[in-house]
Amino acid sequence: MSAPENAAAPETLSAPAVETVAAVEVAAVDKVFETRGGLVHALEGIDLTVAAGEFVSLIGPSGCGKSTLMRLVADLDAPSAGTITVFGKTPARARLDQEYGIAFQQAGLLPWRTVAANVALPLELHGATSADRKAKVAELLEMVGLADFADRYPDQLSGGMQQRVAIARSLAEQPRLLLMDEPFGALDEMTREKMQSDLVRISAETGAAVVFVTHSIPEAVFLSDRVVVMSPRPGRIREIVPMRFAGAGTAADDAGAAGPGATGGADTAARARRTEGLREDRSFFDMVTAVREALHGAPVAPGARGVETR
Amino acid sequence: MTEAGTRRSRRLAVVGWGAFGVLLLVVLWEAYKFLAPADGVLIGETRVLPRTTDLAMPHVWEMLGRLAEPVTRSPSAQPLWLVIALAALTTLGIAAAGWLVGVVVGIGLALVMQRWRLAEWGLLPWIVLSQTVPLIAFAPIVKSWGSRVEIGSFEWQDWMSVALIASYLAFFPIAIGALKGLQSPDRIHEELMQTYAAGYWSTLAKLRFPAAVPYLLPALRLGAANAVVGAVVAEVSTGLQGGIGRLLIQFAGQASGDPAKAWGPIFGAVVLGLVAAGSVALLGVILKNYRRTEEAA
Repeated sequence: MSAPENAAAPETLSAPAVETVAAVEVAAVDKVFETRGGLVHALEGIDLTVAAGEFVSLIGPSGCGKSTLMRLVADLDAPSAGTITVFGKTPARARLDQEYGIAFQQAGLLPWRTVAANVALPLELHGATSADRKAKVAELLEMVGLADFADRYPDQLSGGMQQRVAIARSLAEQPRLLLMDEPFGALDEMTREKMQSDLVRISAETGAAVVFVTHSIPEAVFLSDRVVVMSPRPGRIREIVPMRFAGAGTAADDAGAAGPGATGGADTAARARRTEGLREDRSFFDMVTAVREALHGAPVAPGARGVETR
Repeated sequence: MTEAGTRRSRRLAVVGWGAFGVLLLVVLWEAYKFLAPADGVLIGETRVLPRTTDLAMPHVWEMLGRLAEPVTRSPSAQPLWLVIALAALTTLGIAAAGWLVGVVVGIGLALVMQRWRLAEWGLLPWIVLSQTVPLIAFAPIVKSWGSRVEIGSFEWQDWMSVALIASYLAFFPIAIGALKGLQSPDRIHEELMQTYAAGYWSTLAKLRFPAAVPYLLPALRLGAANAVVGAVVAEVSTGLQGGIGRLLIQFAGQASGDPAKAWGPIFGAVVLGLVAAGSVALLGVILKNYRRTEEAA
């Protein structure tokens, strides 16, 4: 478990210049799809900056373009207008340089490969030696709690375990940016909460920035430093809600530090303090309400939909 | 019952049903021979069911018994089964060569068609059309072309024409199966490879070929059966000596005097087809991990 921290350490120590480069910078991006029914404006006028080490969630109803935006950052699609940079590079360059790791709603494991071989796939493709691969895979599987399942095949795992393998795989190249497209969307609620806590821990350990697409408000609130609320047709950013929690179960002093402008180091420190206790904290519900109001565009009557937040 | 026990009983059941099928065929044969009139069944002038004389339908035990006897009355003659087995081996070798050529050509075509959509549109109709040309029609042409090929010390052999014709039948299912298999990876897997900045060749090696295995195995087996059929037919129509196709013709000519003998090469051809398809099935055992699907337990 020490290596990811070691990997992140030189970055924070070596050059403050690296820290000032945003993980993702999206400026005036439009995305138009040509379909048989005519032009579909998937995204319009998107401006967004994700700082290094920051955890940002994209939330909104279906068709608001949140997945499209993530795909643009990943260079799986090209914007129709505007520019995107990932650590100061074009998305294509960043993809070739393996600056990001990615996880989708489906685990997308190769069924003929064991768990270990699946995690090793990116390393194998990039020519890591077999000894390096073995050490790295063991460490990653340890991190996601699947060390005992290295020799199993994907069809022998539950959905939650498959998704954890996918997350381990996305971390294989020690990326400074993680792109996650509803990775827990297909999981049951209990597995989901466990995975969220794991992700908080893992992202704190690796110090990676995360862009996380979801349509669960509590999930976005629990995980994120900032929640980007989007609206559909055309996909626009309606509001960016910074998450501020009063002493989440532990020290009360981190509330302000977790804001959008904070450095990666402070973010990860704040993130590490997100415990299960936060889910029942008063400030958590306040943030859920804030995000919901941003989503619906107007204050929601108190208690009207309170049950759903749990 | 333990898991191993269940598996063993299942395998026994498979063998049992197989034996039952063969036995049923024997019973049907003998029952028809016993019950139907010697001249078969005629409607008007047309015979709708065959004659049941010993000449047309020898008893099963006579056909089997004949296999153990010598081919001819000459004292040095080998037993019939040995002659058939040797001929079958020759044909198997030719069919295997044809199958290998078919695998290379079939997978090559599939790769080209997968890589360029335009090639798929242009080639696929021709590939399908190629199978509508009757084998008998061009077997002699291939032979005469082959006899004119002479490159340096390399000289075209007659068996190569037969192998080429066998490959003509074998490549078709392999090309179709391989294309389907190479196109089979999910979009998510293709995009994943893209995010890893994997090029065409590494995507092929790590994703497309492994994903194609479940499609390739039945295609290869079909190709093997086709190669055997193609080899036998080509032996007959080019008149190649030494293979089972030649024996089929030769012994059929002697059927009026020795009806049971003519069935020997037929049994040989059946066993040949089973051996060919069975050896490809072995491939499936080796590659069984590639037949898994990604579903949660």
